[in-house]
Amino acid sequence: MAEATYRGEALPVGARGRNSVGWWGVLCLIATEASLFAYLLFSYYFMAVQRGAAWSPDPHPTMKLAGPNTIILLLSSGAAWWGEQGAKQGRRGRQLLGLGLAIGLGLVFLIVQGFEWKAKKYSVSSSSYGSLYFTITGFHMAHVVVGLLMLMAVWIWSAMGLFNPRRHAPVSLSALYWHFVDVVWLTVFFSFYLSPYLMW
Amino acid sequence: MAAQIPAAAVFTPASPMGFWQTYGPRADPVTALNWGFSALSIAVVVIVTALVVAGVATRAHRGAAPMADLPVVRGPGGMRWIYIGTALTLVALVGSLAWTVAVLAAVNSPASKPALTLEVTGHQWWWEVTYEGDPGESFTTANEIHIPVGQPVLVKLKGADVIHSFWVPALTGKTDTIPGRTNVAWLQADRPGVYRGQCVEYCGVQHAHMALFVRADPPAEFRAWRDGQLRPAPAPATAQAGAGEQVFVSRCGACHTVRGSDAGGAAGPDLTHLMTRTTLAAGTLPNTVGALLGWIEDPQSVKPGARMPPTYVPPPQLAELSAYLETLK
Amino acid sequence: MSAWEDARVPESARLGSPSLGERLEAIWGDGPGLRGWIASVDHKEIGKRYIVTAFAFLVLGGLEAVAIRAQLAGPDLRLLSPEAYDQLFTMHGVTMIFLYAGPILSGFANFLWPLLLGSRDMAFPRLNALSYWVYIAAGLFMYAGFVVGRGPDDGWFNYVPYASREFDPGINIDIYALGLILLGISTTVGSANFVVTFLRTRCPGMSINRVPILTWGTLTASVGNLLAVPSVSLAFFLLWMDRQFGTHFYDTAQGQPLLWQHLFWMFGHPWVYAIVLPAMGMVSDGLPTFCRRPLVGYTPVALATVTTMALGFGVWVHHMFATGLPSLALSFFSGASIVIVIPSAVAVFAWTATIWTGRPVITTAFLFFAGMIVLFVIGGVSGFMTAAAPLDWQLTDTYFVVAHLHYVLIGINVFPVAGGLYYWFPKITGRMLDERLGRWNFWTMFAGFNIAFLPMHLLGVLGMPRRVYTYPAGMGWSATNLAISLGAVLFAIGVLLLFVNVWLSLRRGAPAGDNPWDAPTLEWATSSPPPAYNFAVIPSVASRHPLWEERLGESEGRSRLDEGLLLDRGRETIGTTPLDAEPDLILEMPADTAAPFILAVGLAILFTGAAGHWWWASGGGVAVIAIALLMWFWPRRVHADEPAEPAHG
Repeated sequence: MAEATYRGEALPVGARGRNSVGWWGVLCLIATEASLFAYLLFSYYFMAVQRGAAWSPDPHPTMKLAGPNTIILLLSSGAAWWGEQGAKQGRRGRQLLGLGLAIGLGLVFLIVQGFEWKAKKYSVSSSSYGSLYFTITGFHMAHVVVGLLMLMAVWIWSAMGLFNPRRHAPVSLSALYWHFVDVVWLTVFFSFYLSPYLMW
Repeated sequence: MAAQIPAAAVFTPASPMGFWQTYGPRADPVTALNWGFSALSIAVVVIVTALVVAGVATRAHRGAAPMADLPVVRGPGGMRWIYIGTALTLVALVGSLAWTVAVLAAVNSPASKPALTLEVTGHQWWWEVTYEGDPGESFTTANEIHIPVGQPVLVKLKGADVIHSFWVPALTGKTDTIPGRTNVAWLQADRPGVYRGQCVEYCGVQHAHMALFVRADPPAEFRAWRDGQLRPAPAPATAQAGAGEQVFVSRCGACHTVRGSDAGGAAGPDLTHLMTRTTLAAGTLPNTVGALLGWIEDPQSVKPGARMPPTYVPPPQLAELSAYLETLK
Repeated sequence: MSAWEDARVPESARLGSPSLGERLEAIWGDGPGLRGWIASVDHKEIGKRYIVTAFAFLVLGGLEAVAIRAQLAGPDLRLLSPEAYDQLFTMHGVTMIFLYAGPILSGFANFLWPLLLGSRDMAFPRLNALSYWVYIAAGLFMYAGFVVGRGPDDGWFNYVPYASREFDPGINIDIYALGLILLGISTTVGSANFVVTFLRTRCPGMSINRVPILTWGTLTASVGNLLAVPSVSLAFFLLWMDRQFGTHFYDTAQGQPLLWQHLFWMFGHPWVYAIVLPAMGMVSDGLPTFCRRPLVGYTPVALATVTTMALGFGVWVHHMFATGLPSLALSFFSGASIVIVIPSAVAVFAWTATIWTGRPVITTAFLFFAGMIVLFVIGGVSGFMTAAAPLDWQLTDTYFVVAHLHYVLIGINVFPVAGGLYYWFPKITGRMLDERLGRWNFWTMFAGFNIAFLPMHLLGVLGMPRRVYTYPAGMGWSATNLAISLGAVLFAIGVLLLFVNVWLSLRRGAPAGDNPWDAPTLEWATSSPPPAYNFAVIPSVASRHPLWEERLGESEGRSRLDEGLLLDRGRETIGTTPLDAEPDLILEMPADTAAPFILAVGLAILFTGAAGHWWWASGGGVAVIAIALLMWFWPRRVHADEPAEPAHG
C-alpha cells in the first residue's frame, strides 16, 4: 500500500545496474534488434524454401573459419562477463583486463570474418544467396563494430576511474549488448552453416 | 465472317464491373457470401448506432450545470453488456468463418474438367492471352478473351514485368500475376454475354487503362471464333492493302506480330485478328477507324506513359496502313 | 546537501509553500532563447512539438486528398497527369499513415504520460527529444523529393517489381526507402521510452491495474512497434540495396517479389493497430469523464488492447489473399482475421455500456468520443467482410477497401484525436476550446466524412478499382464519385474548423482552471498548463480514479496528492517496481542538452549522403553522430566529492 510519507529504507540514487532505466532501455534495444535479425533470417529461410537446394552456389559452406570464430566470440563474451564482475567487485585490474580481452577477441572475430568473406566464391550481387549471406553477416558485423566501440569507450572510462562498484551501469549495459551480439551470431551460424544439413 | 456483332444484341451486365450479381460458379457462392455478410454488417451497424444514439438520448444530463455538480456514480450492470455483446459477436463470427471455409472449398476448383486452358500474361498495360493446345491448335491474342458458355476455363496467370491482377468481377475473384511464378485461376460463364475485367493491382502510370473483356458464346459460335483466330492473316487482296502491309512491317513490326506477315515483334499485342476486337488499348478506345488511326499517331495523348511511341505516318501511307489493318479480321 | 550520498531516504513534504514551486521551477525549467528551445528535454515541450508537426502533416495530407478527389470528381478528367496523381496518392498515404497517425499519438502520449503516471518526466528525456528531431528530419527528407517532382510514386506499400530500379529508375523510391528507415529510428527510440517509462517511473501505488487505458494503449503499441518496425526498415533497406548495388532480394530471376510483401505486411498490419490502440485508449479514458462514471470493464478492455496487438502479428497475410496462396494459408489467416474482431467488440460494448450505465454530458469532446464508436463499427464490419478470403478476392483493391481503411483510420484515430484535443487542450494551454464552434466542427466533420466515405463501399461493390487516376464514363461510378468529392470538401472544411477553433481559443479561450471537466485522473491535479516539474510532491494513488475516490467510496486506502515525496536535489523522480509500483530507486533525470539535436543532424547528413551517393558526406554524418553519442553518454561524477573507485584489484 502506498504511503504519502516514505517510511522505508534508503533508496539508491541514480543508476544501479539491473535496476536502472538504462538496463531496461538496452533490453528494449535488444528486443528490436533481435526482431531485425529474425526478419533477416526469415528472408533467408523464405528464399531457401521457395528456391530449394539448387539455390545456393555453396549449399554446405565449410566451417573451417566460422567454427573457430564462433568459439572466439563465445570466449569474448566470457571475458566481458568476467570484466563486469571486476567492476562489481571494484577490482579495476580485472575490469580492464576482462574488457580488454573482450575487445581483442572481438577484433580477431572481425578479422577472421573478413578472411571468410574474401574466400567466398560469390559476391553480394552475384546471386540471391550471396546477397543474403553478405547482408546478414554484414549486419552482424556492424553490430560487432558498434559493440566494440561501446566496449572501447567503457574501457577508456574505466581506466579514467569514472566507475565504482555501485555505479558502473555503462559496463553492465555494454556487456549485456555484447552477449546479445554473441547470441545473434549463434543463430546466424546455425542458419548458414548447420541448417543446410537439415534442409537438404 | 462478321467481325463484330452490334453491341445491343449481346448481353452485358447492367453494372459493367459490379458483383452484386454474378454469372458463373466461381463467383456465385462468393456473391451469396457478399449478400449475407453485407446484411449482417449493416444490421450490426444499425444496432450499435441505435444503441449509442438511444443511450445518449435517454441518459444524458439536460441543462448546463457545471461538471463538478454532476455526481459520479458507478451504476450496476455494466459488465453484462460486455458478456452478452461478446457472446453474440462470437456466435456470428464462428458461423461466418464456417461459411467462409465452405465457400473457399466450393470455388477452389471447377466441378468438371476445364474445356479450355488459357495463359494470360500481364504486361504494362495490356493483357496477352494464349490459348493453349497442340501446335497448330494454339494461338495468341490480346485484351479480349472468348470462351464457350457453361464450361470451366482454366487460366494460368503470369507476369511479364510488374505485378498485375486479373479480375473479371462477374465471373471470378481476382488473382495476381506475379513475375517469376504462375498462378492458376478458373472461371466459367453460365450466360452468354460480354463481361468486363480490369487490372486491379497498381502497376504504374496506366494502371487505370488496363481493361479486358471476356465474351462467352454458345459452343458453335465459340468454335467459329476460335477457328478464325487460328488462321494466319490473309494475304492482302488489294494493292493499297499490300502497300499497307509494307508500312506495317517496317513501322510496327518491331513490336507487333501479325501471323502470315513478316511482322514478328513481341513487345506489344498480337494484332493478327485486330478487327475481331471491340476495343483498343486494353479497353480504352472503341475499335473504330478514327480511334485506331488517332491511337497510332499519338498513343501518349490517350494513355500518357504507354510503351507505344507516337508514330507519325504521312497521309498516303496512313491510308494504305488503314486499308491493311482493316483486313486483319 | 553538500555531502554526496549514493543512497538516501527520500524526504516527503506537504504542498503549500510557494518557495517549493519556485525551487523546482528553477531546477526543471527550460533555458532561454533558441539554445534553450533546442536543448529542451521536457516531455510537455516535446509533446506539443509532436502535436503541432503531426497536425501540419495532416493538413498536407488533406490537401493531397483534395487534389485527388478533384481529379476523380468526374470521368476522364485531366486535371492531373497520371504521374502527378501517382505521386499524390502515394504521398497522401505516406503522410497520413507515417507522418500524422503515429506521431500525433506519440505527441499526446508524450505530453500526458508523466502527468497520468504521477511522474516528473519520461524515463529517457533525451531520447524523447531525439525521437522528435529525427521525426521531423524524416518528414522533411521524404517531402524533399516530392516538392521537386521526385516523390515516391508506387503507393505507400511500394510493391516490387514496380519499385525496382528497372521499372522506377528515379531517385523517388530511394528517398522513400531511406526516409522511412530514418523515421523508423524515431519510432523505435520513442517506443523504448514508453516501455521503460511504464515499467519503472509510475508513482507509488500506481500498480499495473490502476494505470489509465491510454497508457495500456500506448504501451501495447510501443511493444508492437519494437517488434514490427525492423521488418519494414529491413524491407526498404534490402530494396535500397537492390536498387543501388544490384543485389537480388526482390528481382524476378533470382529473388522473390513476394518477399517484399511478407516483410512489408509483417510490419504493416501491427502498425495499423499501433496507430489506433492509443486513440482507443483516449476514448476509454475520456468517455467515462463525460459519462460521470468509471469505464465499464477496465480489465477486459486492457486485456483486449493487448490481445488485439498480439493477434495483430498473426494476420498479415490477409493483405496477400490474391497472390496465389494455398488453401490452408487462406483458411488460417481468414480465421485469425475474423477472430481479431472479438477484442474490438469488447471495447465497443464497454464504451456503449459506459454510456448506458452512466449519465452522459454532451460536450464536443463527448460527441467525438461517442461518434467514434459508430465509425469504429462501420470500419470493423467492412474489415470483417474482407477477412473472408473468397470475398476479399472481389473486394480487395477496390474502393471498398478505401472505405474500410478510412473508416478505421479516421474513425479510430482522427475522431478520438479531435475529441482528445477538446478534452486535453485546456490542460495543455490553460484555455478552453469554444464549445459552440466545437459543435459546428464535429457535425461538419461527421457529415462530411460519412458523405465522402460511406458511398465508397458501394463504389467498391460496383467494381471501381483503387489507385486509378481516372475512370471511364458509363460504369455507374460517376455520380457517386462526384458526391464523394463534395463530401471530401465538406470534411476538409470540418477539419479546418478544428484549427480555427484552436487558433481563436489560444487567443481568447476561457481560462480553464486545473480540472474543468471534473475528471478523475492525475493530470487534472496539476495546474493548466502544468509547471515544468509537473508535481511539486510526488502523488501516491490508491485507485484508478484518484480524484473521484471519495465520491465513489470504493477503495481501501486514499490517494494523497497534497503530500508526498519531495525529490528536489536536482532533477529527480521516483523509480518504482514494475508491477506494484513500490519505490525502489531515486532516478536522476538529465539536464537540458543539445546532444539529441546534434545526433539527429548527424543522422540527416548520413541519410542525405546515402540518397545522393555522396559517401564522404555520409562519413561526416557518422562522425557527427559519434560526437553526439559521446556528449550524451559520457559518465559524470554527479557530485564533486563522490569517492573514486577503490584502488585495488
